[in-house]
Amino acid sequence: MVSKKNIKVALIGNPNTGKTSIFNQLTGLNQKVGNYPGVTVDKKEGISKLSEQQTATITDLPGTYSINPTSLDESIVLKTLLDAKDKDAPDVILVVADAENLKRNLLLFSQIKDLQIPTLLVINMADQMQRKGISIDIKALEKELNTNIVLVSARKKDGIKEVKSAIIDCFIASKTTPMCSVNHKIDEAYFNKLKEVSSNYSLYELWLMVTQSSFPASISKEEKEKLLAFNSDTSKVKKYQHKETIYRYQKINEILKKTYTVDTSKATDLRSRLDRIFTHKIFGYVLFFGILLLIFQSIFDWATLPMDLIDTLFAEISSYLKDTLPEGVLTDLLTDGVIPGIGGVIIFIPQIAILFLFIAILEETGYMSRVVFLMDKIMRRFGMNGKSIIPLISGTACAIPAIMATRNISSWKERLITILVTPFTTCSARLPVYAIIIALIIPNKKIAGFLSLQGLTLLLLYALGFATAILAAYILQKTLKIKSRSFFVVEMPNYKLPSVKNVVFDVIEKTKAFVLGAGKIILALSIVLWFLASNGPGSFKDIEKNIVESTIDQQISAAEIEQKIASVKLEKSYIGIMGKAIEPAIEPLGYDWKIGIAIITSFAAREVFIGTLATIYSVGSNDEDVATIKQKMASEVHPETGEKRFNFPVGMSLLVFYAFAMQCMATLAIVKRETKTWKWPLIQLFGMGTLAYISAFIVYQILS
Amino acid sequence: MFRIILIWYLCNPLFPQKAGIVLFIKKEITFLSTIASLQIGETGTISEGALDEIPLKLLEMGCLPGAEVQLVQIAPLKDPLYICVNGSHLAIRKETAACIEIIKS
Repeated sequence: MVSKKNIKVALIGNPNTGKTSIFNQLTGLNQKVGNYPGVTVDKKEGISKLSEQQTATITDLPGTYSINPTSLDESIVLKTLLDAKDKDAPDVILVVADAENLKRNLLLFSQIKDLQIPTLLVINMADQMQRKGISIDIKALEKELNTNIVLVSARKKDGIKEVKSAIIDCFIASKTTPMCSVNHKIDEAYFNKLKEVSSNYSLYELWLMVTQSSFPASISKEEKEKLLAFNSDTSKVKKYQHKETIYRYQKINEILKKTYTVDTSKATDLRSRLDRIFTHKIFGYVLFFGILLLIFQSIFDWATLPMDLIDTLFAEISSYLKDTLPEGVLTDLLTDGVIPGIGGVIIFIPQIAILFLFIAILEETGYMSRVVFLMDKIMRRFGMNGKSIIPLISGTACAIPAIMATRNISSWKERLITILVTPFTTCSARLPVYAIIIALIIPNKKIAGFLSLQGLTLLLLYALGFATAILAAYILQKTLKIKSRSFFVVEMPNYKLPSVKNVVFDVIEKTKAFVLGAGKIILALSIVLWFLASNGPGSFKDIEKNIVESTIDQQISAAEIEQKIASVKLEKSYIGIMGKAIEPAIEPLGYDWKIGIAIITSFAAREVFIGTLATIYSVGSNDEDVATIKQKMASEVHPETGEKRFNFPVGMSLLVFYAFAMQCMATLAIVKRETKTWKWPLIQLFGMGTLAYISAFIVYQILS
Repeated sequence: MFRIILIWYLCNPLFPQKAGIVLFIKKEITFLSTIASLQIGETGTISEGALDEIPLKLLEMGCLPGAEVQLVQIAPLKDPLYICVNGSHLAIRKETAACIEIIKS
């Protein structure tokens, strides 16, 4: 047993106990996020060096208050711990508690201890104990719980070394006596019969299988059937669960009475003072919207510079490769397909990272729970949960991580509605499209002296996205025939200063999730689009030759000839043909085939709109010089009326179209993953597309 | 003893009720209410009979019969309620709170 090279440790505990801090301290940067088989929950693992000879693989399980799950996240905890025979099952469980809420934390601890797996208790936030007047008799508590305890202050990095050696000790000692033998108090006969079903599992494990109907892979068919019989009287089982919880708390209270004291005169109560402000009827909301405004402003102010740098960088790489590599299809694929494709993903990172930074800070301080508290009643009117506000806000950076964040919503109907409407919020991909069109059609004037008309339009578009999300949620709530009991219990944790390390790690993790998840799809699609745009039927290959021949006598520069070739090629390519084909359908919206091409390509990813327009209006393909695109767009003329192509009605129609259309393959992929069926992403695609078409049609017809 | 006679008096249809007396009596007798009927800052004790109506999740978070519960804040729009029970600070919906009987202190 001692010769085992790597100990598998599972980290478990209530939310807000600083479990993540401990995970980060133990594993440093050696973390990775994987996937639990069959479920769409992220598996967070890291390697920790416990001593010179010993390493451990630490899995950070989702925070939970009890092993009985009420959401998808929490059911992972149960599944992971229930199968002790599984090869991935933990050797040691580390339960993280915090000194202030020890009583409640010990409920989970008592359940874990009853699983009869070697368990270690870590009491975090030890540095706060004195301030709150708490004192714990550790030795006595260790004896009562029959478990080793380590006092830790993860923030100050105190006690981490002791935790590491305690893990080793726990593994070696392998003590596995249960803590609460509640069975004889509830119904001795019932539980004795239950114990007889199988000798491979502890009594508590069998009880969990009965109450949760969750069975480990290693169980035999007969045992499973016998266990299912125990659950036939559901009201009896429910009653027994209630009683079990009461008896656990009775035992915990007994133990704490002897070992835990609080001197309330010493306790300072920052929480209630801050709460009076943050949950105030009026001021609470004012403050919240103020914070939102601050976040948006910062995103725009801080992200512009890095985005420009990334843009230039990728353009340079592309042109450098074009010059140095030999001419040919593969080079073109690389410089016109792959590099811009990757660039199209990377350019989002500044905006997404900044938004996640703010969200992580708000979560770390504990403020997010107050937001959920303020917003729950409003959200419920629209079929969502108070917790849905977080995905809706994150959706303004990118819908992909936002949709992933819905995993902590327990009611399936509320979760589904949140997933379906989040893409309506104005994501950062829409911004370049909005920016260029607004610059074309809205005059650069200021009203009331300081409000820029262009900025106001942008704000209105954001409001439109949000309003549509809410309205769509309202409609879905009334039309979706899904029965689901909505349950809402949110802890209001103590306010605390955000830990820089935790915030940074969180931002890195979420950004990685976006880049890898959405990135692969955007890249693949960029390549497909490149292929469709640079190849065409029939006389496509002769285009270059023909143009060179026909302009041989004219006084045109080589650069202009190249641009002309690019433009004609696009027109005659597969994508050009598609654009021409849909022209009759989009004419009522005010668009021509060139815009049609851009719309088709943006169905993969919205930001591709600008790149496509650049190619169509024959700006050099290396140079996404927005000023030049704008000039070209401004000078485009309608062949029949002789007026500007991008006039006010067309521009507004385009804005509205982009506000509503589902133009993001990556989002569809994520929705499919989270809802486990193609039904919902397809409904989103066609539903939002239809809405976009009809709205753009109405807008154009009214304005022109 | 006095209380029993009084209740008999009040409930007996032979005697017409005087609103004022009933109000006075109501102040004397402790009566069962729920968490939803607490005012901000008020405390109560969860009654023993409430066990069946308390959702398991709330029990697990410490909302046990015999525990003291205080209403800290009510959200604008009167829902959810921010309570402190058994040391845990939680927000629960009004409909959940209305199912949990308490005895007002």
